[in-house]
Amino acid sequence: MIINVQKLNLWYADNHALKDISMDVPRNQITALIGPSGCGKSTFLKTLNRMQDLNPIVRIEGEVWYNGNNIYDPKMDVTDLRKHIGMVFQKANPFPMSIYDNIAYGPRTHGIRARAKLDAIVEKALKDAAIWDEVKDRLRKPALSLSGGQQQRLCIARALAVEPDILLMDEATSALDPISTGRIEELVTQLKKKYTVIMVTHNMQQAVRISDQCAFFLLGELIEYSDTSTLFSTPTDKRTEDYITGRFG
Amino acid sequence: MSKTTATTTITTNSDQVPFFQVRRKLYNIIVRGFLRLTTLVTVGLLIFMIGYILINGLKHLTIPMLTTQSSYIEDTIGIFPNIMNTLYMILISMLIALPLGIGAAVYLNEYATNRRLVTTIEFAAETLTGIPSIVFGLVGMLVFIHLFGLKQGVLAGSLTLVMIILPTIIRTTQESLKSIPDDYRHGSLALGSGKWHMVRTVVLPSAMDGIVTGSILAIGRIVGESAALLFTAGFGLRLNSLFKSLQRSSASLTVALYVYVSERGEMEAGFAIAALLMLITLLLNFAATYFGNKLKKR
Ligand SMILES: Nc1ncnc2c1ncn2[C@@H]1O[C@H](COP(=O)(O)OP(=O)(O)OP(=O)(O)O)[C@@H](O)[C@H]1O
Ligand SMILES: [Mg+2]
Repeated sequence: MIINVQKLNLWYADNHALKDISMDVPRNQITALIGPSGCGKSTFLKTLNRMQDLNPIVRIEGEVWYNGNNIYDPKMDVTDLRKHIGMVFQKANPFPMSIYDNIAYGPRTHGIRARAKLDAIVEKALKDAAIWDEVKDRLRKPALSLSGGQQQRLCIARALAVEPDILLMDEATSALDPISTGRIEELVTQLKKKYTVIMVTHNMQQAVRISDQCAFFLLGELIEYSDTSTLFSTPTDKRTEDYITGRFG
Repeated sequence: MSKTTATTTITTNSDQVPFFQVRRKLYNIIVRGFLRLTTLVTVGLLIFMIGYILINGLKHLTIPMLTTQSSYIEDTIGIFPNIMNTLYMILISMLIALPLGIGAAVYLNEYATNRRLVTTIEFAAETLTGIPSIVFGLVGMLVFIHLFGLKQGVLAGSLTLVMIILPTIIRTTQESLKSIPDDYRHGSLALGSGKWHMVRTVVLPSAMDGIVTGSILAIGRIVGESAALLFTAGFGLRLNSLFKSLQRSSASLTVALYVYVSERGEMEAGFAIAALLMLITLLLNFAATYFGNKLKKR
């Protein structure tokens, strides 16, 4: 287990958005988070790399263990944590810089300056994110000149360039066409050899296609969590069954 | 023959138009005419101003005048020292105001958590822009000269200018910081950046256009300022090095204009300086518009 969540509660001011969540996330697997809109998937994902710290109205109780450390321990080095737990946002957010500088941003942040080394990292990250062939001739062009799907893969590459342990992805394909979606799904499947992936998805076919574990959230509660084939073939909770058969949500 | 037909048609048509529609049409024509007139008057005044000053000024704005200092012996007027004094004041006040203003804006926008405090400071800065500059001059004199013991000169003048331009720099910087999407900030932090690293590498570079625009506006205010400098920078017309000018009475271009016209009756020199100031202002305005547009396009 790479992540172990224990009795996690989160409030946005008075809104109790996560209720007593406990779950284990296995290493080198893809874990999908599903559930209707507003059930707390993004909220949960952002607790795992402490991005919730940025929101002053958020209050959190409970523990999240990562490699034997509680990430909510006051002694935790948050920048170091985020280096190990990378995140890809729902909306592609490349920086207004060149493609190269976007990818080199993380490594530079963590002190890598040598040109040759950066070149190697950039190439590898772009290859891992299946976008190298499309951009290798225009690394100095602005990242914002890429298409939406390319920008999303660029953001994945940017996250990979710091070599995280875990990659958190929040509906990374929701804005993309089927071809780009297919490429990213393929990519994520490849990534699990080296990384652990936790992804939010609205698309149940996608969860079935690529995830190993699946967690169903409803109104801030974790209703059911098991391996994907079990969850979709023999759900134990009535609410899960209703959701995956499309009876609500 | 055809003419008659046309007339007939028109008469028939206007017979069918109800009265209130005619009234509305008339009303529209009057309003539009009035608006056009106000625009015409405004533009006319502006063109007259610029034209009058350039026509009367440019012919006296000679190379010797631009490159020498006034001499009683030869009875010539030269504004080179005043050009330099204005440049000195731009240099020194920007050197102080830019870091202060950008720092304050970054603090207010990126770090401060107390919303009340932030709005109070923003309001104070806004109010400061409305204070007549002669009041700044008075305060500058009392504080920098009487209290701190500086002599009248470029330093006291520049410090006073800092108070005047600081709100402009803070506001334009803040506005461009606000226009930067949070996505950039989150993207950087999620890669493990510290806050200051994030600000330095993502936020400030994106805010550059706004900072440049603010700086140009600030330089415009410095070039155009006169009242605040009367008490603080002084009336000196002699050329000094930057270092010496700091504590020696040094007239900026605007103050020199005042001195030549009202104390010596040198209208020609006055118009020449006015033309020069006009040219600089036009140039700065074009530059500010150019960078402002670039900012908006983002
Ligand atoms: N920044 C915030 N401030 C206050 N409340 C929030 C904030 N973000 C989310 N919430 C609330 O928390 C609950 C869970 O929201 P969350 O964004 O986690 O849902 P989600 O499952 O990701 O939904 P979606 O599928 O639409 O993205 C919602 O009730 C939402 O209104
Ligand atoms: Mg969400």
